[in-house]
Amino acid sequence: MNSITYLEAIREAQAKALKDDPRVYIYGQDVGAFGGAFKATKNLANEFPGRVIDAPISEDAIIGSAIGAAIEGMRPIIEMQFADFSTVGFNQIVNHAAAYFWRTNVPLPIVVRLPSGGTTGSGPFHSQSMEAIYAHYPGLIVMTPATVEDAYSMLIEAVAIDDPVIFCEHKYLYYHLKADKLPSEALPTGKARIARPGRDLTIVTYSAMVHEALAVAEELKTEGYEIEVVDLRSIKPIDTDTVIASVARTGRLLCVGEAWPWGGVTAEVIARVATEAFDLLDAPPQRLNAKDTPIPYHPNLWSVHRPTSRSISDAARKLLQT
Amino acid sequence: MSVVSEAVPINNISREDYLSAFRWMLLARLLDEKMANLYRAGKIFGGVYLGRGQEAVSVAVGMALRKGDVFAPLIRDGAGRLAFGEPILDAIRTCMGSPLGPMRGRDGNVHRGHPREGLLPMLSHLGSMISVVNGILMARRYKGNDGTVGATCLGEGGTSTGAFHEAMNQAAVEKLPLVMLVVDNQYAYSTPTSRQFACASLVDRAIGYGIEGHSLDGTKLDACLGTLQRAVDNARSGKGPQLIVAKLLRLCGHGEHDDASYIDPKLKESPLGCDCMKLAETNILQQQWADETAIASWRTEAVQKIEEAVSIVQREAAPDGYKENWQALASKHLGEVYPEA
Ligand SMILES: Cc1ncc(C[n+]2csc(CCOP(=O)(O)OP(=O)(O)O)c2C)c(N)n1
Repeated sequence: MNSITYLEAIREAQAKALKDDPRVYIYGQDVGAFGGAFKATKNLANEFPGRVIDAPISEDAIIGSAIGAAIEGMRPIIEMQFADFSTVGFNQIVNHAAAYFWRTNVPLPIVVRLPSGGTTGSGPFHSQSMEAIYAHYPGLIVMTPATVEDAYSMLIEAVAIDDPVIFCEHKYLYYHLKADKLPSEALPTGKARIARPGRDLTIVTYSAMVHEALAVAEELKTEGYEIEVVDLRSIKPIDTDTVIASVARTGRLLCVGEAWPWGGVTAEVIARVATEAFDLLDAPPQRLNAKDTPIPYHPNLWSVHRPTSRSISDAARKLLQT
Repeated sequence: MSVVSEAVPINNISREDYLSAFRWMLLARLLDEKMANLYRAGKIFGGVYLGRGQEAVSVAVGMALRKGDVFAPLIRDGAGRLAFGEPILDAIRTCMGSPLGPMRGRDGNVHRGHPREGLLPMLSHLGSMISVVNGILMARRYKGNDGTVGATCLGEGGTSTGAFHEAMNQAAVEKLPLVMLVVDNQYAYSTPTSRQFACASLVDRAIGYGIEGHSLDGTKLDACLGTLQRAVDNARSGKGPQLIVAKLLRLCGHGEHDDASYIDPKLKESPLGCDCMKLAETNILQQQWADETAIASWRTEAVQKIEEAVSIVQREAAPDGYKENWQALASKHLGEVYPEA
């Protein structure tokens, strides 16, 4: 039936949060009557008068005011127009919100929605994947849903969590990904999901790259390989146990991320497997990321810049043959 | 000094208010001096930042606010904190890193407060407290609690940040009961105002934001009390954000590590260089609101209070890194687990 998109799931999750909890409000640029740059808050200002509020172009003050409101017992959902612009609110996120509970014992339940990742023609400043940067800071939870179901259930969970949550929703999945219906139950945050079982190689990934990895698994099946795909779902906390259990089955690990290579999620996963489960590896673990340059505009450049099913399948084959 | 005798007018400030302001100022000044001594004796881990010369304007904010209001003080607001109700023990415990202090040794010196009680612990990043106060005020309005005011302070250097601009504009757009006190003490660390801004006075920025501005001589306690009370009343009665710019001279180094040799001696001799404490004391004597003996006894009493508090804190156990809970999240079940090497 394919009746609900990833984007609609995000809208529905926010509608539910607003309906269920009077402490929830949405604040961000163009989120009010206009319904948001991507329409993730479509009609919500109408349905919940006074609770879906247009903000000036002031990312620092947007996050700062969310901190104040959370101290006061509210549960703000902040929409950054694009993840890339969250750098302007970076100080308030990483130094103020993230450190607050540790410093003061006062929890700050804030959700910061980051429309993340590349889409055709978006170029250097409307394409970034910033999850690793936020995950580096103590005091933040970083979610990276890859499915319509997770976009919905994880956003609802994010609003209920008593800590600041960076919710990285992938813009490419907004319209491309559809599901029959919204889920009635979900894995808890911190639990990874085996998106596809296999025995020859584990691909650990998250967000839009899960779908590239699944396409690779399908492709390599025709060559006789069974590839296991692990969808991390949240990258902080990261579910090392599920990753290691998968590597125990396959002996081979490839980590894939759309973000840049230096440090980051793929490096973290490999570091954990290498330090905690080195003996399970039959070959050196590998990783695949975007190229270490800003994100290019032209599709011919962009499709080579980021990992795709093509580059992932090349890397997977190579690893399967070592 | 001729400037001192000029400071006689006590514009509608009652004896009671003036004297209680003076006593908070005295306590703040003496507490600062004690901190500086402890710093020199190596008893304080980080830096020590004093409010010397800024007590009058700071105390005026603390006194103009009432219980239930929000206050986000900055580095030179010892007097305002005391007047707002912060116990001396909080200051000493935070500076000495006591686990019994509000920050439990996790944050130090001026970074202290009780957020749920409306006293916000500052972030180092200048300008970042204003929008947090805005958020509290927005939340209160949403909840139908309209009677409270939020006040915060910043040096003139801090007004050059993007955060200051974003937050002032946000407060103006939302018409919040925000009182923004800018203390123009002529230097931001070593940087003079000529390298900080190019407008004639920072109070002119109020026009740009579409809000009300007030400027005042921060060395004069009566002007400080009067102006801050007016600004807080305006905010409380729905007149929107208020920007107050107080001029004075920082009468100390940026911190106790700094000898402030860069301060222009001409400024020290100008009216801006007057010490608000001395001016207030002279006024009190001239008005015959109290005599020298009474002031001396207030001083002794304040010193005693401070010494008692310091000796309490010095007997408190230090935090223990091996017993610390190294968990930054409120949601314990979502914490990362890192195996020990
Ligand atoms: C955003 C930011 N940049 C730099 C600093 C380092 N710093 C701390 S205090 C200070 C000078 C502040 O001057 P001003 O705002 O005028 O306040 P004053 O110290 O004079 O009271 C600087 C540069 C900081 N705390 N925050």
